[in-house]
Amino acid sequence: MSLEARAVGFRYGSGPWVFRKFDITVGAGEMVGLLGPSGCGKTTLARLLAGHEDPREGRVLFDGAALPRAGYCPVQLVSQHPEHAVNPRWRMRDIMCEGWSMAEDTMEMLSIQPEWLDRYPSELSGGEIQRFCVARTLSPSTRILIADEMTTMLDAITQAQLWRAVRETVDQRGLGVLVVSHERALIDALCDRTVALEAADAPEP
Amino acid sequence: MNGAAPQTHPSAGRVSCSRLALSGRQRTLLTAALAALALGVIVAAGVLLPDTRLATDLGARNQAPSLANPFGTDWLGRDMLTRTARGLTTSLALGMAAASVSALLALALGMAAATLGKAADAAVSWLIDLFLSVPHIVLLILISFAFGGGARGVIIGIVLTHWPALARIIRAEILALRGSEFVRVSRRLGRSNLHIATRHMFPHVFPQFLVGLILLFPHAILHEAAVTFLGFGLPPHEPAVGIILAEAMMHLSTGRWWLALFPGLALLAMVRAFDILGDNTRALLDPRTAHE
Ligand SMILES: Nc1ncnc2c1ncn2[C@@H]1O[C@H](COP(=O)(O)OP(=O)(O)O)[C@@H](O)[C@H]1O
Ligand SMILES: [Mg+2]
Repeated sequence: MSLEARAVGFRYGSGPWVFRKFDITVGAGEMVGLLGPSGCGKTTLARLLAGHEDPREGRVLFDGAALPRAGYCPVQLVSQHPEHAVNPRWRMRDIMCEGWSMAEDTMEMLSIQPEWLDRYPSELSGGEIQRFCVARTLSPSTRILIADEMTTMLDAITQAQLWRAVRETVDQRGLGVLVVSHERALIDALCDRTVALEAADAPEP
Repeated sequence: MNGAAPQTHPSAGRVSCSRLALSGRQRTLLTAALAALALGVIVAAGVLLPDTRLATDLGARNQAPSLANPFGTDWLGRDMLTRTARGLTTSLALGMAAASVSALLALALGMAAATLGKAADAAVSWLIDLFLSVPHIVLLILISFAFGGGARGVIIGIVLTHWPALARIIRAEILALRGSEFVRVSRRLGRSNLHIATRHMFPHVFPQFLVGLILLFPHAILHEAAVTFLGFGLPPHEPAVGIILAEAMMHLSTGRWWLALFPGLALLAMVRAFDILGDNTRALLDPRTAHE
């Protein structure tokens, strides 16, 4: 079981290529780092890998087949700005349950306080919302997690708690994780191996 | 000392800030309620004032405003207050029919444009631009005339001319929503188009729809009155403000100022009440303050 990008390339409209001919593989139970400077296309690649956007060339394969268009996607994305990833008109309880009916121990693992459940996103901090966004994606149906600068905006304690919860899930049931970051220290601390994303122009065919 | 000063400052500012916001919200609610009440009074007057006040009474012709006839009487001795209330009630009923259908049309076309793909979007956008490029009143008269005038012609005319502005807003809202991250996430979490439309998109555009609907009323009412005034709308025997004003024009030179003044002012007051109701409803539904 693995997520594979084969020779993917992407550009916005008719703009310059953000990257081309890029390959990456994330297998079950491993944490892979994707390292690159700001603006090199990490978020763009993360969105392709999670099926939020289609590559302009190349293919994204999960277990050798294209990602499903409908139904639960086994590859899930957690992004840098949790407040954009939740509907501002929903209570946290509904947001949390949109993907799966969460087990209590997941809530505990992420230190989600019961009194947050009846609040709206505008009444929680970014770190508190991000806990829900991570919890929402840790369903047993999620096989690969793409964490795009997941903790960049958060305080150190929240960072540590979120990564510990992810690490536990990796160890317990073989979740595969792609840790996307511009911070080498973070990736070195978390990941088994690292892939670098180079800035665009290099590969002219 | 230095550390304490910035501590007290922002917190003091926040206290007065939140008190202001609260009273502002209460004021908004009160204003909306008053506007709604004013509209209720007009309808109640139109329904409750007895027909006998509209009977021809040649003994009481052309009387200036008095306690018995606060708006005066016309050249047939009919009470102008009752005529005005009836006229406004007719306007409200027409406006309600026209504005509701128009708003629903806007919702349907706006959603179709944003969800059915490029061709549908291009077609709807072209229609919106087309309708917005012709002056309302001209199009309204043409359509009303083509459908044989009368109440039906006016309603169809208003329905067909008033949807584009709201449709454009709803289309833009839904397009923005479709690209928003929480909608993409919902889809990747396995949720259906139906779930996304009903749980994410509809609650988001509903306030806009409601406010748009309320703000369509004054347009519909004014345009109905204008078309009727110009002789292309309701027939002369209907109790309509446009008819009253058109008749009053013929009598202005005789110095009976009350024939036009009070019905005109009442019409303006009703339109203004709708504007106020719409604006305050918008403020109440604003997501930034709605949870407070
Ligand atoms: N929606 C967009 N439209 C056009 N260009 C974009 C868009 N999003 C990102 N880009 C461009 O693509 C490049 C890569 O951006 P991004 O993937 O966000 O990089 P990173 O996550 O590594 O900082 C940048 O040059 C950025 O300006
Ligand atoms: Mg990024």
